[in-house]
Amino acid sequence: MNRVVVALIAGSLFGAGLAFSGMADPQRVQSFLDLFGEWDPTLAFVMGGAMIPMAIAWVIQRRLEKPFADAHFSLPGTTGLDGKLALGSVLFGMGWGISGLCPGPALADLAIAPAKAAIVVLAMFAGMAAHRLSTR
Amino acid sequence: MPSFHNAMPVEGFLGGLMIGIAAAIMLLGLGRIAGVSGLAARATGLAESGAPRSVAIAFIVGLPLGALVVSLLTGGVATTFPSSPVPLIVGGLLVGFGTRLGSGCTSGHGVCGMSRLSPRSIMATAVFMVSGFATVAALRAGGLL
Repeated sequence: MNRVVVALIAGSLFGAGLAFSGMADPQRVQSFLDLFGEWDPTLAFVMGGAMIPMAIAWVIQRRLEKPFADAHFSLPGTTGLDGKLALGSVLFGMGWGISGLCPGPALADLAIAPAKAAIVVLAMFAGMAAHRLSTR
Repeated sequence: MPSFHNAMPVEGFLGGLMIGIAAAIMLLGLGRIAGVSGLAARATGLAESGAPRSVAIAFIVGLPLGALVVSLLTGGVATTFPSSPVPLIVGGLLVGFGTRLGSGCTSGHGVCGMSRLSPRSIMATAVFMVSGFATVAALRAGGLL
């Protein structure tokens, strides 16, 4: 099957899952991170649900020569802990806590709450652009 | 025992399965990690390497498309955003910069990397979770929540 079609199907199912699971709601996500408030454990169920198909997929992946719709696997390395990984994750966690949004829900929310989502998506791309400039 | 009366464990788990199947399609179909931050950067030309541009754009366009379908089928998806644009702007900037510096977010490191038992992703996920908990605790302590 065409790669673009596969990616569109995957992206749509991913976005549907975000909306169905409650993860499109920044307040619910922030409530998961709010251990000293009215804690909402929903995000843990989402992560648990998502891990199951992916754990199976990794087992299948190890037995495949190549993916079904592309010429080869293009996977990042898994080892090598460094300061960039740690600092980037600290900053991401801060932004996640402040807004209640990570990249997937922010983009999915363009269809649900476009005015608010557009602000966070534009800011997110500005942050990505700033990172790109900083690496030049 | 707290009641967690707002929690949606069933919807959360089922939605999580959908997310996991979507990520599995990317892995087994295209041989790639379904990392939203990386694909978003690639789709907008803000990353020099990664998935083909057309693949990245298709995945990113799919996100709101899928959410729209769920919204139409279920009679609307409830969201509550911060009322001020300030947390959206500050949060968005940090999310964008941080996910690029840290090479991933909740999807790439959290869902895909953790299920692969990748040491990098396990560390990244632990760090951004703790950072998120600490940030919200600080906001609460500062009366900003």
